[in-house]
Amino acid sequence: MSETIRPGQEPVSTTDEFLKGLWKQNPVFVQVLGMCPVLAVTNTARNALAMGLATLFVLVCSSTAVSLIRKIVPKQVRIVTFILVIATFVTVVDYVIQAISLELHKALGAFIALIVVNCVILGRAEAYASKNPPLRAAADAAGMGAGFTFALLCLGVVREVIGKGALFDVPVFGPSYQEWVVMILPSGGFFTLAAWLLLFNALRQRRARRAAADAAEEVAA
Amino acid sequence: MNESPFSLFVSACLVNNFVLAYFLGICPFLGVSGKLATASRMGAAVTFVMLVSSVCAFGIHALLDAIGAPYLQLIAFIAVIASTVQLVEMFVKKVSPALFRALGIFLPLITTNCAILAVALFQTNKGYGFVQSVAFAFGAGLGFTLALVLMAGLRERLELAKLPDVVKGTALALALAGLLSMGFMGFAGLGGGAS
Amino acid sequence: MSGPIEPAARAATPVTQMFGTLVGVGLVCGFLIVTAFQATAPIILQNRIEARARAVLQVVPGAVESHPFRFVSAPEPHFEAAPADASDGELVFAAFAGDGALVGVAIPAEAMGYQDVVRILFGYAPGEQRVVGLQVLESRETPGLGDRVEKDPAFVGNFAALDVTLADGGEALVHPIEIVKPDPTRSKTPWQIDTISGATITSSTVARMVRDMAALWVPRIAARLEDFRPEGAR
Repeated sequence: MSETIRPGQEPVSTTDEFLKGLWKQNPVFVQVLGMCPVLAVTNTARNALAMGLATLFVLVCSSTAVSLIRKIVPKQVRIVTFILVIATFVTVVDYVIQAISLELHKALGAFIALIVVNCVILGRAEAYASKNPPLRAAADAAGMGAGFTFALLCLGVVREVIGKGALFDVPVFGPSYQEWVVMILPSGGFFTLAAWLLLFNALRQRRARRAAADAAEEVAA
Repeated sequence: MNESPFSLFVSACLVNNFVLAYFLGICPFLGVSGKLATASRMGAAVTFVMLVSSVCAFGIHALLDAIGAPYLQLIAFIAVIASTVQLVEMFVKKVSPALFRALGIFLPLITTNCAILAVALFQTNKGYGFVQSVAFAFGAGLGFTLALVLMAGLRERLELAKLPDVVKGTALALALAGLLSMGFMGFAGLGGGAS
Repeated sequence: MSGPIEPAARAATPVTQMFGTLVGVGLVCGFLIVTAFQATAPIILQNRIEARARAVLQVVPGAVESHPFRFVSAPEPHFEAAPADASDGELVFAAFAGDGALVGVAIPAEAMGYQDVVRILFGYAPGEQRVVGLQVLESRETPGLGDRVEKDPAFVGNFAALDVTLADGGEALVHPIEIVKPDPTRSKTPWQIDTISGATITSSTVARMVRDMAALWVPRIAARLEDFRPEGAR
């Protein structure tokens, strides 16, 4: 994983653990992980939210479970064990979603089963949960999951509003709005994510420039 | 469904390209599309593993159906794909060291490629027969390779262009992929619906 | 990942422990999955049956309940009641009014569209000898173009009262369904389906499915109306 935990850098409280996933280490916008569902199921805000929550659930459950068994699992078989745990929770989520709404299950399609290979989840299990106590692992997973859901919603909202003139199936622009169909199409997903990444890059660069300028001023003073 | 294997092949390769229409295997698509040579090797490795795991998935599905345990499908698929990749790696190493050197580091990376698992899931969901499954997997693999190679070609050109810092990296790659995806929409209708 | 592992520590993990862990984790996971499956299976089944019934009632206006029936060709061709969750064989869905009278029969069909498989369900009313409704169950056609087969009122209107009157022998339609390009200068007959210009392939795929399936099923159903009884399904 891209992230290494160094002693001096480690966040102190469980709350910080949660918050870092939302913004500073957002799995999609900053770490650029788990892109497949981000692009595939965000053509409407509702699908995006459902997918985000499903991933959040799997993430929290599997991180907690991995953290609970971290001391008894030998190093050699840990990846196999992690995948087993993740696949179990994904299967459970798959059945639960089918029970809640078949329509939703149809809209998300095979991407529910594909949560198994979402690298965010295995990444958190390997990089964090296998080294930390359950409560912290759960907080970290919840933060990452919330950050992931937030990113999915960012895309879903933009694509649905522009592509269908609606938000959560409620029309926002009125009947005369000419829909930008391309936003619903696959290419729209790529464009929207590219635009969001661009925005985040620009923000980060501006912050870095400011920090550099401040530092320079301090030195000058 | 009684689609002909050829129509399935064309559909998986061009019309419903795994990367550009279904968004599967985006991670390797963005990660390994920097150079043309590596891209084509990665594509070959993925196609190969897709074919092998498609055959395995067909067997597993038949087995699980026979013993009436559909809920084990996902776990069985992921376990089999992970071990297939390892077996394939060992086998290739033994039989053809040259091929092993060519595919080399890409084989382990494939385990986490969602396109492979997706082939297994799609073929069982749609109830394809054996020949159909193999045609579908082969088409999906070739489609993945095609997308990867096209993307690598574009990115090699971009190396020479002057770009502002902000757009460098993933953002630009995604915008390019969006354009490619629009281009692939032109293939719609090749699948054999028209008469 | 977690720093260098000393060779000694690596060798120290006994094989039994590795097996033990894997088997233990496997057992717990298996237990979880089976529990979830057992708990949700009846709800999922119920959802499936309800979704299908909703679709049937939508394409056969005026009906209140529906039951699947399977066509059996041997020894004597007839329709038999199928279980509510049946999914194999040649199925049609009979729709009944509140008093148990047969209102119509919903016929499923699927074919390759422009992008991917399109699945539809259309309703046939034997009393009026017409197709009375159509619903697209599944399609991945291009938004704004191909998906007009679901939304375009003119196209959907084709299937509100499509003439499928049987000829005297009961084997073929008096007027086989014709698929034509929309043309305001010509008057439309009730057995013609107008395609959508701009979405020709998807709309003619749908039209062709209705034409072929109607030619196959209408004679079969009309000859064996007494096979469809709501009591038979229970």
